[in-house]
Order: sequence, then structure tokens, then C-alpha cells
Amino acid sequence: MSVLVNKDSKVIVQGFTGSEGSFHAGQMIEYGTNVVGGVTPGKGGTVHLDRPVFNTVADAVAKTAANVSIIFVPPAFAADAIMEAAEAGIKVIICITEGIPTKDMIAVKEYISDKDCRLIGPNCPGVMTAGEAKVGIMPGFIFKPGRVGIVSKSGTLTYEAVDQISRLGLGQSTAIGIGGDPIIGTTTKEAVELLMNDPETDGIIMIGEIGGGMEAEAALWIRDHGTKPVVGFIAGQTAPAGRRMGHAGAIVGGADDTAAAKMKIMAECGIHVVESPAQIGVAMQAELKKAGLI
Amino acid sequence: MNIHEYQGKSILKSFGVRVQEGIVAETPEQAVEAAKQLQAETGTGWWVIKAQIHAGGRGKGGGVKLAKSLDEVKERAEQIIGMQLITPQTGAEGKKVNKILVAQDVYYPGVSDTKEFYMSVLLNRSSGRNIIMYSTEGGMDIEEVAEHTPHLIFKEEIDPKVGLQGFQTRKIAFNLGLEGDAFKDMTKFIAALYKAYDQTDSAMFEINPVLKTSDNKILAVDAKVSLDDNALYRHPDYKEMRDTAEEDATEVEAGKSNLNYVKLEGNVGCMVNGAGLAMATMDIIKLSGGDPANFLDVGGTANAKTVEAAFHIILKDPNVKAILINIFGGIVRCDRVAQGVIDAYNNIGNIPVPIIVRLQGTNAVEAKKLIDDSGLKVFSAIALQDAADLVKEVLNK
Repeated sequence: MSVLVNKDSKVIVQGFTGSEGSFHAGQMIEYGTNVVGGVTPGKGGTVHLDRPVFNTVADAVAKTAANVSIIFVPPAFAADAIMEAAEAGIKVIICITEGIPTKDMIAVKEYISDKDCRLIGPNCPGVMTAGEAKVGIMPGFIFKPGRVGIVSKSGTLTYEAVDQISRLGLGQSTAIGIGGDPIIGTTTKEAVELLMNDPETDGIIMIGEIGGGMEAEAALWIRDHGTKPVVGFIAGQTAPAGRRMGHAGAIVGGADDTAAAKMKIMAECGIHVVESPAQIGVAMQAELKKAGLI
Repeated sequence: MNIHEYQGKSILKSFGVRVQEGIVAETPEQAVEAAKQLQAETGTGWWVIKAQIHAGGRGKGGGVKLAKSLDEVKERAEQIIGMQLITPQTGAEGKKVNKILVAQDVYYPGVSDTKEFYMSVLLNRSSGRNIIMYSTEGGMDIEEVAEHTPHLIFKEEIDPKVGLQGFQTRKIAFNLGLEGDAFKDMTKFIAALYKAYDQTDSAMFEINPVLKTSDNKILAVDAKVSLDDNALYRHPDYKEMRDTAEEDATEVEAGKSNLNYVKLEGNVGCMVNGAGLAMATMDIIKLSGGDPANFLDVGGTANAKTVEAAFHIILKDPNVKAILINIFGGIVRCDRVAQGVIDAYNNIGNIPVPIIVRLQGTNAVEAKKLIDDSGLKVFSAIALQDAADLVKEVLNK
């Protein structure tokens, strides 16, 4: 058991032979991820990183029984790549690509709505089950197998949380980078729900940022269905309204999507909210101790 | 990417959306010529002189004025061009007006009363679909309408499978209380507006007000158009509409070095890899008793060149009393970043403010040693809390 990806996942890489795809596929293989092949249209039949290259995702699925795909193709072609993976029957599609036009993502969301698949991202660092599978760009060496699950909109801030947990000797089950774009495949609430239902996860760290209503939605769900301690942090307490902070989705539009408003509702829903990102790890440790889990 | 009203209107017009006509001018003389031309083309008797800046609330700040003669056109143009226009959206320093739009007067008397509406097209993030948001309360600040009379704001969601349908345009026009020719014209207006939004890859349209004229025509009096930056590669002609004079000069310069920089008001500069961690670092500065002077994401490649460029940008701000560098080295190696910091420091010469460098991740220990042995006036840390404590210490000195 674990969430989304594990040692049995059969992973293909879309955009396998490109520079980004090659580099990160190499890192994934080095970590021990079961990468069974890759897709680059026009390069089918060749071999790359000792793995077969296919022309289409459908070919790759037919030959390798792949069930997870990670996408590194450039933004102009990424929406197409996601839909190709969904159509070919891939169950977990993880899109790393940053900068996909919103209009393309509206079409993707609609297209995959009746497909049996889960999209993570885009514009995300991927998914990592410690000690089993790295399907993304997260640095493998900071992870340590354990029982804390992490959900985050941001890349390096996720690493920060992972690292704090590892240094406290706790370790992670699965870290899910959901992405910072206005339209993403898996919301904070959905990712939290996956971890809440995972018997190998004892506690959950939920990292959000200004903009949108996903953290509030997740907080309300946790209030009603939560069974495990949750520690929350919202980045951007000092961000001014109306200015976009890097991520396309990180902009304070109204009173409800400021950091303060989100932190308030999260605290009211029973989440241990920390003001400083330096306190994420110790807060989780305290919660696990309180629950008698460590 | 935000564009000016006159540019937004030219886009709308190209999709068949009726707009208040106007001609852009940069001098009072051009304004008078524009007014004459506009009179010849539209028969307008009066003109509206509108400051072209990327901010709303222009009327409140004196950036929109009626002119009833060509002399008044010149006079108003002289007043507005070059003024520092302060509106609720510009901040206290305001924005310099470089261009004006000489527009036709569309509030002429006629068979019926004029009526103003509000209409915007944008993404509803929670459903992942576009919506048309509209209200009978046009011409006002929509945030105020939302706060005091939320029942007067309507939303119509568009199914991406089939696009905007006729029944939806009729529903909107009925909800706005229209009938007869104005009703019919409104349905056409909405259909054209949505088509423009969709085909231009826009991130937001806000038309406030949409006007029903006294002769029952529907037109856009204003146009706030924001284009999706990620889709500009599909629209090279729109890309050229970017007006960097409207943006913070330092932010534009940072963009050239692939740095994502936003200037803020505080006293502690920061340099971070990743947007989320950058925001979190700003929060740490605040918790340590300082105020963030900026948001700065150096991205995935924190080498000597980018670090040096980032130093230059942060140091342009005279309010900066200290700089916190916070890099989590995942793929990028911390010792390389440390060397980058040292090289950049030496290239610049003397940096007049204390620098705190927090490097965590691959080779963090080696990186700390490099910094500590460099002989530079740089404080180093590995744990985030230690960096926060150092910020506090430096500020209290």
C-alpha cells in the first residue's frame, strides 16, 4: 500500500529523449523507480537509457503494461500529451511541464473528466513515495521512508518540509506536489483524502499558498472526515493583494484567498497551522507524539 | 499580460464587439486632430479624454474628462498627458500618463434612457471552466457591488464541450432587464465578446460599463483585457502590445535575467529558488522582525551569473538593510551556489549590507564551509530556523 505510486508502478516518460526528460528519467531510474520505457513521437523502436522508446503512449501501454506516465514535453504540446496518456488508459498522469495555456487546460480537464485516470499537476514537482518510486523532479536523497504524507502546491517548499521531517528522524510515506497553476488535475482536498485513506500514513502536512479556494475546501473536508493529525502552512502572508507571486495561481484576488483568511479557516477546522515554514517539521512531530503515534 | 484600453478595444472590435470609438494620442495637438477625425467618422459632438494607464478607477483620479469643444479637447489633453495619475489601484505614487484615448461621447440623448451594466469573462478556478459574470449595477466598483448587493451579480458558466450557447446569451440579456432591439443587440454583443475572449486566449475581460445607448445599441465603453502569458506564443501580434513603461523598470530588468522579481516596501531583500519557498522566506523575514523588500525567485539555475544579477537588482532598492539568500539545493548543488555567491560578491566589490546565506540540500555542509572560509562579511546557516534567527540578530544590531 501507498498513495499514487509505489515500487510496482510501471512508469513511462513522455518527452523521454528531450534534455529535461532524459535528465530526470535518469535520476528516477537511479532512485530505483520502475521506468519501463518512454515515448517520443518519431523515435519509436530506438532504445534510450536502456529502455525502449515508443511512438505513442498506446504502443507503450500495449508493450509494457505501463500504468503511470510522467510528462516533460514543452508547454505547447503538453495538453496533447496528457490527453494521449488518458486515452491510452494510463491511470496516474503526472505533468511536470510549466507554462501550459489555461485554454488548453480547460480542454484537458473536460477531456479527462470521464476517463479512468488521475492527473497530478501540471507545473508540479511530481509524486514521490519514499524508498519506492520517484516520479518527478524531487531530490531523492532528502527522503526517508516513514509515515508522514505531504501535499503541496510548491516545489522547493515541499523539499523544505520533507527535509525537516527526515532530519527529525520521522520519514515520509508519499509526497504529492499538486502544482501552482489555476487549473490542476488533483486538488489539495483530493490529495489530502488519498493520504487520509492510506493506512501507511499517520500524519499529513498540507502546504498551500495565497490564491484560490483549495485550502479552505480541504480544511472543511478535514473537519468533517479527518482521522489523522494535519499540520498546515500557507506561503505568502506578506504578499500584497493584486500582485502575482511567481505561480500563475498565486495572486490575492479577494478577501477569502489571503494567507490570513486561509490560516484562520484551517485552524478552525482543527488543523495545526504554523506561521513559520521553519516550524513545519517540529509541529508534525508534536502532533504525532500527542496522538501517541511516535 | 495587461494591455491598454485602446488596445483592448481594437481586439474586441476585430471580433465584432461594438465599442465606444476612439483614437489614441500622445500630444494635445494629436488629440485635437483625433477629435476632428472622430467627429467626421462618428458624428460625435462631444469627446471624452481618457488617460491610458494599466489601472482601474481612472475617473476618480481625474484621468477621464468630458470635452465639449476642440479647445476643451486641447485643454483636457494638456491636463492629462504627463500627469501622475493616482487611482485606488495605482498605489500612492500613481502612474504617469503617456497616452490618452480621445473617445466619442456615447451618452447622447435619444428615445430612451441610457443604462450601464457590468460584464466580465474569466476562469472559474473551482470548476475549471470560463464564466461570464454580469450585473445590472454597471459603472460602479464591482467589489463594492459584491460586498453590498451580491444578489445583483450573476454568473453564467460555459461548457467547454459546446461553448457559449444562444439560450445563455438570451438568459443574460433577460436578466439585465432588456427588451426589443436592445435585447437582441445584447445577445449579439455577448456572443461576440465571448468569441473574442476564447480566440485571443485571454485571462480576463472586464467591461465596465457595458452601455445601452439612448438609441438602444449595446457597446463597450471601457475594456480591461488581460491576456494569458502562457499563450502569447500563439499571438505574436498581441505580444507586441506589451507596454513596459507601465511596469516597474526593475521588474522588467529582472525579467531579462530570467529572474522573477516583485518589488515590495520592506527593508530585507531576499533571493530564493522557487516561488513557494520565496513567499515562505518573505514570511520568515516578517516573523523575524523585518519586512520583505521584494519577492525574488531565481528559478532552477542559481549560478554566479544569476546570483550577481539578483544582487544588483536587490541593491537598487535603497531601503534594503540586509539580504537573505535562501536556496534549497535539490538538483542544483549547494557548493556551486555558494561559489556563485562568493564570485558575485567579489565581482560587485563591497556590498554595503549584511548578507545571510542559507543553503540546504546537496553538499550543504561543504557550501557552508566555502562561505565561512571566504573571508567575506557573510553569515551562513543550514537550518531554516537558524537563518531566521540570523535575520533577527542582524536587524537588532
